[in-house]
Amino acid sequence: MQNIRVLLTKIGFDGHDRGVKIVASALRDAGMEVIYTGPWQTAEEVTEIALQEDVDVIGISTLGYDHVLIPGLMKLCKEKNITDTLMIVGGIIPPDEVPALKAAGVAEIFPPGTRMDSIVEFVRKNLKREV
Amino acid sequence: MRKGKIDKWMEGYRESLEKRPERKKVFTTRSGIPIKPIYTSEDLNDFDDEKKLGLPSEYPYTRGIYPSMYRGRIWTKRLLVGLQSPETFNIRQKDMLRTGQNGINFVPCNSYFRGYDSDTVDKVLLGRCGTTVDSLKDMEIAFDGIPLDKVSLAMNDFGPYMMVASLIAMAEEGGIPISRLQGTTNQSDFISHYISCNQPIRFELDGHLRILTDHVKYCTEHMPKWHPISVVGQHMQQAGANPVQALAFTLSTGIFYVDTFIKAGLDVDDFAPRFSFFFDISGDLFEEVAKFRAARRMWASIMRNRFGAKNPQSCLLKFHAQTSGTELTQQQPLNNIVRSSLHTLSAILGGAQSIHTDAFDEPLWIPSEKSQRVAIMTQNIIAEETGVADVIDPMGGSYFVESLTNEVEKRAWDYINTIDKKGGMFEAAKEGFVQREIADSSFGYQKEVDGGNRTVVGLNKYTVEDQEEAPEQLKVDKELIERQINRTKSLREKRNQKKADNAMKDLRNAALDPGRNLFEAVIDAVKADVTHGEIVRKLRDVYGFGRPLLT
Repeated sequence: MQNIRVLLTKIGFDGHDRGVKIVASALRDAGMEVIYTGPWQTAEEVTEIALQEDVDVIGISTLGYDHVLIPGLMKLCKEKNITDTLMIVGGIIPPDEVPALKAAGVAEIFPPGTRMDSIVEFVRKNLKREV
Repeated sequence: MRKGKIDKWMEGYRESLEKRPERKKVFTTRSGIPIKPIYTSEDLNDFDDEKKLGLPSEYPYTRGIYPSMYRGRIWTKRLLVGLQSPETFNIRQKDMLRTGQNGINFVPCNSYFRGYDSDTVDKVLLGRCGTTVDSLKDMEIAFDGIPLDKVSLAMNDFGPYMMVASLIAMAEEGGIPISRLQGTTNQSDFISHYISCNQPIRFELDGHLRILTDHVKYCTEHMPKWHPISVVGQHMQQAGANPVQALAFTLSTGIFYVDTFIKAGLDVDDFAPRFSFFFDISGDLFEEVAKFRAARRMWASIMRNRFGAKNPQSCLLKFHAQTSGTELTQQQPLNNIVRSSLHTLSAILGGAQSIHTDAFDEPLWIPSEKSQRVAIMTQNIIAEETGVADVIDPMGGSYFVESLTNEVEKRAWDYINTIDKKGGMFEAAKEGFVQREIADSSFGYQKEVDGGNRTVVGLNKYTVEDQEEAPEQLKVDKELIERQINRTKSLREKRNQKKADNAMKDLRNAALDPGRNLFEAVIDAVKADVTHGEIVRKLRDVYGFGRPLLT
C-alpha cells in the first residue's frame, strides 16, 4: 500500500505557520507523506505542485483572511482537472463565510482548537481516490 | 524558619498524600519547570537580595526600571488598532484615545506587510487584517487630528520603515521637531519574523540587516525619544516557544543587534538606552511574572558585563507586552475576556511599560468596536479599581516567585550559551536551530491539549453544546477599499514624476553604497510621494526577495 500524499500550503499574504507545521508533523506521524510549500503561494503554483507531486490531499492553512482566494483556487483546480484530490482548510474562517468555501468544493474546515487525530481520521475516511 | 520545622512539615505532607493524593503526578510551569508544593525561606537560603533584586531603578532592575513605577504613571495602554482604510483607522483610533488609550499601536494591512501597494494586488485581500497604507497621503489621513508630539506612537513597521519615514515627513511639515517624536518602530526586529511568522520578510536577510542598522543610526542621531528597535519575543512565543525559550531567544537576538551596531561604529551607550523589547504573555501567570523579572536582571547584566555599558540607561530593559492570541478560543468567545484580563495582570505584576490586551473576538476576526472597547476597559479597571498598580513589584520577596525567577533565569542562560556556541542568534536562525526548538515545543503543547493533559476551558473540558451567539463581525466597507485604490493610482498620476524618479534612483544608489544611510533615502522617497510598494520593489531588486527557511 502506498502512503497518502498531502500537499500543505499557504496562499495569499499571511506567513504565520505554527498551525500548518503542527498539522504537517501530525500527518507525518500518522504515516502520510507531507509536502509543505511555505507561505505566499499563488493558485497557479499550488496546482502545478499538486500535479507534479500527484497528491491525494491539498490542505490550505489560512489565518489572515487569505481564505477569500480559495474559491479561485478551486476553480483553477477544476480547469486543470485536479478533481480526485481531497481539499481541506485549516485556520481562522469567520463562521458565516464557511458555506461559501464548502460550496466551492472544500470538504472540511478545521478551526483553531481542532484535535490533530480528527484531521488524520477525516483524511483517511474521505480520500477521493484509492491509495 | 528553622529547616527542621520545614522538613517535618514536608514529611507530614507526603504522608497525607497516601490518603489524599495530589491532582496531578507532576506539577510544572509552561516551560517545564517542576513546581514544589510549597516554597519557604529555605528556597532562598543563599539569596542575596541586594545583589539579585536591588531596589526599583537600581541595578539589576529586577524590581522595576523606574523609581516610582505605576505609582507615578500607569503603564502605556497601547492596544493594537488596524482595520480597513486610513479613514476607518482614524475614527477607531480617536475613539480609543477618548476611552483611555494613551499609546498608539498601528497595524497596517497584510499587503503592507508583504510590500505591495493596494492597486497592485487582489482587492479582496485588502483591509481585512489591518489598515491599508501605500503612501504618505494615507498616513496623513490616518493621523489627521492626532497630535504627533503628544502621544506615543508605535508603528508596526518593517524594513524599510516607510510608516516611520512618513511620520518624520509629517512632523517636519507640521513644524514639529522630529526630536520630539516618541514611540517605537515596533516590528523592526526581522530575526523574530524570520524565525516565527515570515510575513514581513521582504528581502534576503542581509538587506534587512542593512536597513535596520541605518534606521538605528538615523534615530540615534536625530530622534532621542524614539525607540528604533524593539526586540521581539512575542512572535516566538506565539509561534510555540515556551516562556523560557522566548526569553532566551529574545535576549540572544538583542545581543546580536548590540554587537552589530557596535561593529557599525556606534557607541553602545549612545544607542542602547533606546532599545526596547516586546514580549508575549501566556496563561501561566507566575511564570510570566518570573520571565519579566528575570529579563530585566539578565539584560542589565548583559549590557554591563558583556558589553561594558557605562550609562545606567543602557542597562534598562523596557518592554511592551501583548496578551496571548493563540490561547484564546473560538468556543464560548466571551471567556476570552477573562483570559486576556489575567494575561494583562501578569504583565502588570511583571512591571511592563506598555500593554496590549486582546479583544475577545480575535480568534474569529479583527476586533469589532465593541470588543475593542472591552479590551481597553479591562486595562482601565485593573489600573484604577484593583489597587495592583499602587505598589511596586508586589511579587518581590515571594518565596515562590523569587525561586521561579531564579530558575527561569538559569534555564535561559543555558539556552543563550548554546546559541553563543552556534555563533550567535543570526547564525542559529539561518541554520534553523531556533525554528526547530520552537516547532518541537509547539507540537508538544498541541499533544498535551489533544491528550487532555492541559486544560483549555470550553475546548477540551467544560464544553457546551449551546455556544453563545457569535458577536458582531466587522465587515469591510468595499467603497473605502475602492477609494484607497483610486487614491494610490491618482497619487502616481498627479505627483511630480521627475522628483519621484530621482528619489527612486537615489534609493537604489543608497542601497548599493554602504557608505550612505539608506533610511535617509527612504525618507526622501516618501516625501517625493514614492509609494511603499515602489520603495520595496526597488530594494528587492538590490537585496533579493526574502524567503522563509522551511525546516
